[in-house]
Amino acid sequence: MEHHQSKSFPISHVIGFVVSLLLTFAAAGIALYTNLSFKVIMWIIGSLAVVQAGMQLFMFMHLREGEDGKTNLVNMIYAVFMVIVIVVGSIWVLTSGHAAH
Amino acid sequence: MSAKVDTSLPLEYQTEQDRMNILGFWVFLGAEIVLFATLFGVYGVLYERFAGGPTHQDIFVIKDVMIQTILLLTSSFTMGIAIFEMRRHNLKGLITWLVITLALGAGFLFMEINEFIHYAHEGATMQTSAFLSSLFVLLGTHGAHVTLGIGWATMVIIQLVKRGLTPTTARKTFIIGLYWHFLDVVWIFIFTFVYLKGLVA
Repeated sequence: MEHHQSKSFPISHVIGFVVSLLLTFAAAGIALYTNLSFKVIMWIIGSLAVVQAGMQLFMFMHLREGEDGKTNLVNMIYAVFMVIVIVVGSIWVLTSGHAAH
Repeated sequence: MSAKVDTSLPLEYQTEQDRMNILGFWVFLGAEIVLFATLFGVYGVLYERFAGGPTHQDIFVIKDVMIQTILLLTSSFTMGIAIFEMRRHNLKGLITWLVITLALGAGFLFMEINEFIHYAHEGATMQTSAFLSSLFVLLGTHGAHVTLGIGWATMVIIQLVKRGLTPTTARKTFIIGLYWHFLDVVWIFIFTFVYLKGLVA
């Protein structure tokens, strides 16, 4: 922790910010200016969003810091699991088969 | 409350009570993620139910969305710098960066309110279609969080001015910082799975 405090320039924050901007513009560029199929575009920009969110968690929010770092990590992994169940599960159940008509 | 203070740690982690508060806030954020997941789920199901009303392509203005995104992303970065300054025990720097963060957040909110007014003028309201109901609930819940965050951070800034940097004010600042970064994380997914998805031809 000591050398963490004495650093005078927040290099990891600046890198995180620049990469976040690049990911944002890359996603917008791919979504708006390419002729890839809807499915391919959604997979690419969805992945870019996950990468950017992960960067926020680790570089800005110090997810694994402190004695509860591991607990935080497990908590977030479980939250991501719940997101997948709720979002993918809802869309799957409600837009396929009988529900679609 | 534990009186044991470990001065080798950053201020906000020095007492057991403060460590527990930070852990508790992470657990709360886990619940917030699930809250937003339900709203994303609803939007994902209903996003093409236009009921004869406006579609994504009719109402989304990509330039304004990009400005909102950059404002919020930059505010997440400046909040990170604020916490960085706090760890260097630089109270003035901390408060300065917090104020910059709030100004950017207010700019975001201003853009979003204008966006909603623009939608309403185009005949796109919550009552128009299932698409717009789910859109407004998702965006509105996020916007309400930003509004709450601005009010909350303002109160933390007042405490910092009055009491200076103590383990308690440092912990409060760190927690509002986590909350603010979380709002940007949610926005990344709104940007991707609402705006960009809606504008892919």
